[in-house]
Amino acid sequence: MSTTVTPSPKKVNRIGLEVVNYKGSKTTLCAGCGHNSISERIVECFYELGVDPWRVAKFSGIGCSSKSPAYFLGLSHGFNSVHGRMPSVATGALLANRNLLGLGVTGDGDTASIGIGQFMHMVRRNVPLIYIIEDNGVYGLTKGQFSATADIGSTLKTGAPNELPPFDCCALALKWGATFVARSFSGDKKQLQTLLKAAISHKGLAVIDVVSPCVTFNDHDGSTKSYSYVTDHEEALHELDYVPYYSEITVEIPDGAVRDVELHDGSRLKIRKLDREYDPTNKLSALAALEEAEAKHEVLTGLLYVNTGKQTLLEVLNLTDEPLCNLPENKVRPLPEVLEQVMEELR
Amino acid sequence: MSTLEVSPLERSFDQPGESVVNDFSIQVATVNGSGSQTANNVLLRSLFQMGIPVSGKNMFPSNIAGLPTWFTIRASKHGYIARRKEIDFLVAMNPETAREDVMKLERGAAVVYDEPLKLNLLRSDLHFYPVPFDKLVAPVCPEAKLRKLVRNMIYDGVVAWLLSIEMPEIRKALVKQFGKRKAKAADLNWGAAQAGYDWAGQNLTKTDPYRAERMNETAGKIIIDGNSACALGAMFAGVTVVTWYPITPSSSLVETLMGYMKRFRHDPETGKATYAIVQAEDELASIGMALSAGWAGARSMTSTAGPGISLMSEFIGLGYYAELPAVIFDIERVGPSTGLPTRTAQGDILKNAILSHGDTRHPMLFPASPEECFTMSIDAFDLAEQFQTPVFVMSDLDLGMNNWMADAFPYPEKSIQRGKVLSAEDLNKLGGFARYKDVDGDGVGYRTLPGTNHAAAAYFTRGSGHNEKAQYTEREDDYINNMDRLARKFESMRGYVPSPVVENRDHAKIGFVAVGSSDYAVRESCDQLRSEYKTEASYLRLKAYPFTAELTDFIRRHERVYVVDQNRDAQLLGLMRLEFEPDLIARLRSVRYYGGLPLDARTVTDEVVRQEGL
Repeated sequence: MSTTVTPSPKKVNRIGLEVVNYKGSKTTLCAGCGHNSISERIVECFYELGVDPWRVAKFSGIGCSSKSPAYFLGLSHGFNSVHGRMPSVATGALLANRNLLGLGVTGDGDTASIGIGQFMHMVRRNVPLIYIIEDNGVYGLTKGQFSATADIGSTLKTGAPNELPPFDCCALALKWGATFVARSFSGDKKQLQTLLKAAISHKGLAVIDVVSPCVTFNDHDGSTKSYSYVTDHEEALHELDYVPYYSEITVEIPDGAVRDVELHDGSRLKIRKLDREYDPTNKLSALAALEEAEAKHEVLTGLLYVNTGKQTLLEVLNLTDEPLCNLPENKVRPLPEVLEQVMEELR
Repeated sequence: MSTLEVSPLERSFDQPGESVVNDFSIQVATVNGSGSQTANNVLLRSLFQMGIPVSGKNMFPSNIAGLPTWFTIRASKHGYIARRKEIDFLVAMNPETAREDVMKLERGAAVVYDEPLKLNLLRSDLHFYPVPFDKLVAPVCPEAKLRKLVRNMIYDGVVAWLLSIEMPEIRKALVKQFGKRKAKAADLNWGAAQAGYDWAGQNLTKTDPYRAERMNETAGKIIIDGNSACALGAMFAGVTVVTWYPITPSSSLVETLMGYMKRFRHDPETGKATYAIVQAEDELASIGMALSAGWAGARSMTSTAGPGISLMSEFIGLGYYAELPAVIFDIERVGPSTGLPTRTAQGDILKNAILSHGDTRHPMLFPASPEECFTMSIDAFDLAEQFQTPVFVMSDLDLGMNNWMADAFPYPEKSIQRGKVLSAEDLNKLGGFARYKDVDGDGVGYRTLPGTNHAAAAYFTRGSGHNEKAQYTEREDDYINNMDRLARKFESMRGYVPSPVVENRDHAKIGFVAVGSSDYAVRESCDQLRSEYKTEASYLRLKAYPFTAELTDFIRRHERVYVVDQNRDAQLLGLMRLEFEPDLIARLRSVRYYGGLPLDARTVTDEVVRQEGL
C-alpha cells in the first residue's frame, strides 16, 4: 500500500512570491540591533503588499543602518553609497527611472550629522522615496561616538555626557515641507509595519524616523535611545490600520473616532484616536506636538503629518511617462535638420 | 614700399603708408557691466562676415560691475587665432586703466579714446584718435539711462571707419545679435554706430596702417564658444539627466543646454521632457545624482570647474570602484574660489587623472576647438557607458567662454553606444550573470539596470569590497583580482579614446606635446620657430588620457620634447612621467604659462628659444 504525500502548498503573496523572495543575505549587525527588526518589518511589508521586488531600488549611505539593505529584498538592486549623500544617489536614480520604487535606509549620523544638507534638499524637492532613519543617537561602526540626534544630557558608554541639543529629524522635515513624516520604534512591530505600508502607498517623500537602539554602544542607563528608555517614554499619537487598495475592508474597527486618510495608490489609513485629538494633516499641530513631547521627555510616535497633494520632483520636471533610461535613440538624439538649424543660427 | 607682409615687430612708427591688412589685434578696455559685450561681439562678427579669420577673448574680472575688463579681437589672414600679446589697436573706454593701457602699447599702435581723457599727452609714438563720445551719444539716444550702453556702439562706428570694416556687415551683425524680436534695440544701436562712423569720416584723419579687407576664409563657418559646443554635444549625445551647480566658468554650459533642450528635446506629442535638468544644492549632490542616474541607465552628466571637482572627489572615487558611468565637464580655471575664477588655466590635469581615494585612474578627453567640444562630448558619453566609469571632458575658460570661429559640426555617424547592459531576455538566455566578472577580457563586466524584470537581475552596489558576483568580501585575493581587472579596464580604454593629432616634421629634433586650448599658440609657435629661428618642431596634440602608443613613438622620434602646460607645476608633464620609462622621461622638457590669460605663441617660442639656446 502506498501513500501519496501531498506537499503542503507554499505560502505565496498576491504576485506568487514567497516571503523568502523578499529576504536578503544574513545580517552582520549585532544580535539584538534594532536595525535587524526594521529589516524584518521591511521584508514583511513588501511581501504582504505583493510589491514586485525588481521594481524596488534600495539606497543607503554609510554606517550600520546603511549596511542593512543587503539584508532584505535580495531581488532588488541596491546601492550602498557615500556617507550622508544617499539623498542625491536616490534622486539621480529616480530621475533616470521614474518607475522605480525607491527605498532609502540611513542612520542618524548619516542624515542628521554629515548628511543634513542633502536630507534638507531632498525634502525640499519632494523626491518620491521612502526614507527610513534608523535612529540610535550614536555611531556604531566607528565604535560609539554621539550623533546629532543624541539628546542633551544622555551619556556615552564611558559616561561622557552629550552637551549639545539634538536635531529632531521629524520636526526639521516638517519645517522644510515634507509630505509624510512619521516616528516609530523598532520594537513596535505593528505600528512600524503600518507606517511602512502607508509610506509605500504615499506619493512623494516619506520620512520615517525609527528609534532603533544600539545594543552595543547605546543601550545603557544614561542613554535616551535604549530599549528600556524608549519603552518607558513612548507616547503613541494614535492607533493605525492600513487597508490596501486591492482588498475589501476586513479590519475590525473598534469604537471610537476614526479618521480615514486616502493615500495616493488608493490604499487607506485608518487612524484611531487614543488619548488626544490629533489631526495629521495639520502641520502646525504636528510641530506643536513634537515640541510638547520634547519638553515632557516623551518619544512621540505615529503618523505626524501627511499631505497627499503636493507635486513630486518628477512631476515638477514634467518628465515623459516612459522612464528616461528607456528612451530610444530617436527620442534623445535630435535629427540632422535640428543640427543644421542650429548651425545656421550661428553662422 | 610695395610689400604688405611687414611683420608687426619690424614696423616703424616713422614709416607711414605701409598698410597692414587683416593682421592686427584690437583691444577694447571698458568697465565690467557697462554693456560693451554687444559692441565687441558685433565688431568680431563683422570681421568674420567679411571672411577674415578672427578670435575674441574676453578678459573679465570676478565682479558684477565696476572693475576693468578687456576684450581682444584678433584678425589674422594666416588663420592664427591664439591670443596675441601685442595690441595694435586700443579702444580706451575705461578712465581707470586708460593710462596703463596706453603705456603698455608697442610703438606705432593706434588709440581710440574718450576725448576728455587727453591720452594723447602720454606718448608721442602712437596714433591717437580722440572721440567726444558724450556729445555723440545724446542725439542718437534720447533716453538718458540707455546712453551708457549705446555709447559703446559709437566706438564700433569709429573703429569701422578707421579699419575699413564694411558698415552693412555691422548692421547685419547687430541684427544677428539682437534677433528679430529686439529689432528696436538693434535700430537704436545701429543709429549709434552710424553716428560714430559719420563723425569719424568728417573729423578724423587716418594715420595708422591697419586695415580690414574682405577675404573668403570664413565661408560656412560658425562663431560659438566651447561651452555652447559642449552643450550641443551633450544634447546630440542623447543626455537624459543633467545635474549641476553654478560655478564660473562652467555655468553657461548647462544654461545653454537648458535653452536647446527646451527647444528640441520635448516630446512633440505630449510636450513632456525627454530629459531632467536639476540644479543641485552643491557639487557633492550634483555628482551623486549624475553617477546614480548613470547607475540606473540614464545618460548623465554634470558640469563644473576645479573647486567643484575637489568637492566631487569622494563620489568620483566611488564611481571608479562601483563602475558608474557619468560625464563630468571640467571647465578649468585658476585656483580656489577666491583665486582668479575668471582667468583661464589647465590646472586640473594631474588631479583628475588620479582623483579620490585609493588607486584610481580616470579617463580624460581634451577638446581643443568648438568642433571637438561637440564631437568629444559625444565620445565621452559613449566611453562612459562602454567602460562604466566617470569620464572627464577637460575644457577651460579660454575655450569654454570665448567666442571661436569653427567649422560647422558634423552630425554623429555612430549610433549611441550603451555598453554592456543585460536585459531580462539576455538573463533568460544566460540564466544569470556576475556583475564584476571579466567575461570578454577587456576588464569590463556586464551590468543590469534597476527595474529589470528578472529574478537574476539584481546586484548590490558598493565600493571595492566585493567579489565578481558583487557579494560582500574583504578577502585579499578578491580585492586584488578586482583591482587588477580595473587596471585592465583602463588599459583597454587606450584602444577606444580619440588618437592624438601628430604633425611630424622631417629632420625635427624637437617636438611639442600639448592639450586643449594650448593648440593655437603651439601651432603658431611652430611657425615662429621656423620663420624666425630656422628650427623645425614637430607637434603632437593629445586628445585623451590614457595616452596611446603614438605618444611613445613621438617621444622616441625626437631628442627633446617640450610639454606645454597652462599651470605652474607642469601637470601634463608630471602625468607623462608616471607612465614612461626613464629614457623617455629624460627627453621631456617643460614650457609652462600660468598667468591666467589665454596662452600666446610668443610665450611658448621665447621659452623654447631660451632652453634650446637659439
